[in-house]
Amino acid sequence: MTGQDHAETWLTEAVRRVTGSPTAVRSLFPAVGREVGRAALRPEEDPGGLVHGTVDDQARVLIVSALVSSLADEPEALARELRELYRYGDDAEKRGLLRGLVAVADRAPDPADPVIAAGLLAVRDALRANDVRLVAAAMGPFASAHLDDHSWRHGVLKCLFVEVPLAAVAELPRRTDAELLRMVADYAAERRAAGRVVPADAEALLATGGGRPPAGPRPGEDTGAGGRPPERARPTDAADPGEEA
Amino acid sequence: MRIFDPHIHMTSRTTDDYEAMYAAGVRALVEPAFWLGQPRTNVGSFTDYFDGLIGWERFRAAQFGIRHHCTIALNPKEANDPRCVEVLDVLPRYLAKDGVVAVGEVGYDSMTPEEDRVLAHQLELAREHRLPVMVHTPHRDKLAGTRRTLDVVRESGLDPEMVVVDHLNEVTVELVADSGCWMGFSIYPDTKMDEHRMVEILRRYGPDRKLVNSAADWGRSDPLKTARTGEAMRAAGFAEGLVSTVLWDNPVAFYGQSGRLVLDPLPGFTGDSATFSGNSVLRGARADAASAPAGGGAV
Repeated sequence: MTGQDHAETWLTEAVRRVTGSPTAVRSLFPAVGREVGRAALRPEEDPGGLVHGTVDDQARVLIVSALVSSLADEPEALARELRELYRYGDDAEKRGLLRGLVAVADRAPDPADPVIAAGLLAVRDALRANDVRLVAAAMGPFASAHLDDHSWRHGVLKCLFVEVPLAAVAELPRRTDAELLRMVADYAAERRAAGRVVPADAEALLATGGGRPPAGPRPGEDTGAGGRPPERARPTDAADPGEEA
Repeated sequence: MRIFDPHIHMTSRTTDDYEAMYAAGVRALVEPAFWLGQPRTNVGSFTDYFDGLIGWERFRAAQFGIRHHCTIALNPKEANDPRCVEVLDVLPRYLAKDGVVAVGEVGYDSMTPEEDRVLAHQLELAREHRLPVMVHTPHRDKLAGTRRTLDVVRESGLDPEMVVVDHLNEVTVELVADSGCWMGFSIYPDTKMDEHRMVEILRRYGPDRKLVNSAADWGRSDPLKTARTGEAMRAAGFAEGLVSTVLWDNPVAFYGQSGRLVLDPLPGFTGDSATFSGNSVLRGARADAASAPAGGGAV
């Protein structure tokens, strides 16, 4: 049996077991790297797997998805498993759990939803970490859907600080607002004042111009409150890099 | 010279050390869980420390091209504190983790009944998790402590091939050689063992089942003592292949019994060259990445 065959067989069986018995995730989650490998999914363009993740990240996303399905009617139990997978996870497990939150990104925003609360707990913890792979994994579709504006903006700024490519941030154009652009412009000014290079991603973000104003006027309106006006116009061809994260 | 340091407490070391170790040829290491100088008073202090060994420290090492593994256990000194013994209940969770390549450091400090009980329990955990064991031998009453350690290992029924007895010297090496266990030597600037005495031990007993480590920690110690031992071996006329056996092949063989070693070069670092190929490896390819390593400071 090749490594690839083994990985696929193991993962299929792991998903089947979690679907039938959700607590099986506790022993399967730590074993993923040993069973399926750990390489970056697109090593040429993304050697650290910051943007596209790794083979074990991808497998853990499937396992978390199976967990979410099998506990669909028990949000408290699902929240507990998610919390514990993160709390007791090593670096790779924490990363996989963060990426797996994509499976609950579509839940309707609800402050009383324990599943969203569990996801936010993990995301906020990861954004305090200095492990850049955790920071990158935290800024996926779940954060885009559920993280408050202030924390989300700080997440983006942290990505610039620790040089996580902004391609790792899901739905960057949709959530970019004038306040984020002000923060990034200030950051760029601070770097220039120190004679340091301004990251290309910061320049590119500033070049997109407007963004969503923080107070919520019409989408696309330029230069909202509290911000230094961006210098350049919004390009018309900005793809959404976050879609791939 | 490619080096695997089988026992080093990187939590206590700086990034300068990581850089110097990479430059000296260190490509992989094992960091055993141990005491921190300041005694811990509750289980939470242990779990946060263990989380660091399987998280932050692994990441920090990877930034410098070094594969980090660890061992997990309740150490013998703190085995005597009833506030800490409950950590035994959370060990199984950690022993299931990637990169956890042994149970350790276990063993004796003052040879108390509490230490007896905790050692026996953890040898049993090693058997259940099919992991090797790293045994610390005491600073005080070393010879008697080593004898007693070997007795307990024998009674546990563990295969001696799965056990390394560490911090050995001229007085204790023969006992351990006869037991079938692996022999660990911690090369220090001025205490347990130095590189020239180590060369004499290798000359006398041969390289089989010998592990040489720096055991560098928060005390007076030197993370390059593995490399210094390699140099002393060469100067004493040992062939290059034997240097490699002691400094790489032996630790790989011992910890490889866990099935959990990851030794392929990190992205952006080549396997053999001693060049540090840039700081941008974990951040995606970026043309302008020219500053200090990410995570190198609090953000």
